Amino acid sequence: MTPPLLARGVEVDLAGGPVVKGIDLTVGTGEFVTLLGANGSGKSTLVRALVGLIPARGTIELFGTPLTRFRERWRLGYVPQRPGSAAGVPATVREIVTSGRLSHRPVMGFASRSDRVAVTEAIEHVRLTAKADQPITELSGGQQQRAYIARALVANPQLLVMDEPTAGVDAESAEVLAGLIGHLVSDHGMAVLLVAHELGPMRPLVDRAVVVDAGRVAYEGRVEDIPSDHPHDHPHSGAPERIRPVQEEGPLG
Amino acid sequence: MSELLSYDFMRIALAAAVVTGLAAPAIGTYIVQRRLALLGDGLGHVALTGVALGLLTHVTPTITAVIVAIIGAVVIELLRMYAKTSGDVALAMLFYGGIAGGVLLTNLAGESAATLNRYLFGAITTISMSDLVAVLVLGVVVIVAALGLSPQLFAVCQDEDHARVSGVPVRLYTLLVAVLAAITITVAMRTVGLLLVSALMVVPVAAAQQLTRSFRATHLVSMIVGVVAATGGVVASYEIDTQPGPTIVVLALGLFALAALARGVTALRGR
Repeated sequence: MTPPLLARGVEVDLAGGPVVKGIDLTVGTGEFVTLLGANGSGKSTLVRALVGLIPARGTIELFGTPLTRFRERWRLGYVPQRPGSAAGVPATVREIVTSGRLSHRPVMGFASRSDRVAVTEAIEHVRLTAKADQPITELSGGQQQRAYIARALVANPQLLVMDEPTAGVDAESAEVLAGLIGHLVSDHGMAVLLVAHELGPMRPLVDRAVVVDAGRVAYEGRVEDIPSDHPHDHPHSGAPERIRPVQEEGPLG
Repeated sequence: MSELLSYDFMRIALAAAVVTGLAAPAIGTYIVQRRLALLGDGLGHVALTGVALGLLTHVTPTITAVIVAIIGAVVIELLRMYAKTSGDVALAMLFYGGIAGGVLLTNLAGESAATLNRYLFGAITTISMSDLVAVLVLGVVVIVAALGLSPQLFAVCQDEDHARVSGVPVRLYTLLVAVLAAITITVAMRTVGLLLVSALMVVPVAAAQQLTRSFRATHLVSMIVGVVAATGGVVASYEIDTQPGPTIVVLALGLFALAALARGVTALRGR
């Protein structure tokens, strides 16, 4: 079966230097994979390359199609690290979630009934119905993040890529997100790639953890087996100690 | 009022003011959303070079202004995309280059500063029927594009990264916003003037934000505020014998102050 995400030998240079140095990564259908690593390890850069936001060398395929030729954009949901809540004209939760349906809509024309239903359902899923018509700037950080996740989910994606969606989020929002993502993975077979410092309530959902250190995969396997000195247990402790790779030879992934 | 409408030049000026008042906030809302409120100022300065080029070559200044302003809009977006130049630095270069080129070419054309003055601050008595046709056509293009492409322009101006991953051609739409802003500047050139046109793109949006809670409402209310300020300013400039540009902008700022006051009173009553 073609995996939603297949990456081989991905390399990214930023500011003239290598940041991602030949990473292999696969996310299968219905699989929940988390990318862990210290600040500056290259995990966010890798994710931005995987969704096509920055140029990369190597092979990246989404649902069997090379990234540069991938057109079925509704199949990919993306939650950026710092979404655009600082826009000069505040928008409501409903307006922001509606913008996630663009990949289903023609260039000109009004939102269809199915668009409106999908938006209402996505807002319900993240438990923001009571705040749907409020400006997003009036919501707490956790509620804002839930709105952006609703925007990513409203197109019914088959692969959801999230870059630290629970960073600085309140416990209630983190629980809501974990419950929703768990439901989508187990009942709808959605694949998830999550970049995180701390897994929190997402931890039981994770099938496989990939630890990135200095632009390379330093560990790949079960979360429970990650060496105890890994920075996800000490998110603000700076650079991680060396982590012994589980696989010393051959491609990881 | 009936006396005022008995003059051809006033009817033409008011028609131009309605289109300008609608078009400027229609595109200005996206510019404010992208936090590029000074883009209109930069492009206004570039359009001045276009006006001067028209004076030098004896081509209608409206035509040369729109062409040069569009080129300026494309250059600023390309600088932002590829030259690793921040938005404010690119805008600053437009300011300097536009004003210098405008004055230089006007000198070469043998024209006086007074000639430039009617383009800098607006001059309703000089708007001809052919100017009005150009304003109407260009203004309708801006309004239809700003409203018809609202979902795409909103998505791009709200969050470029998310829009790009969703398959929206972000570069095309950011370029389109800049080009529509350039066209709007030419539309507003004869009523508000190049130096103050940016105010009609920004102030009505700021006024609307005092009264609204959604992007869509802000967009529509700002267009209403724009029309009221532009037509009211043209009428007032006739009645009190002032230049239209400053009169329109002062009226728009007055509407902003009223809206802010209304918001403050509402907030106090809500406590």
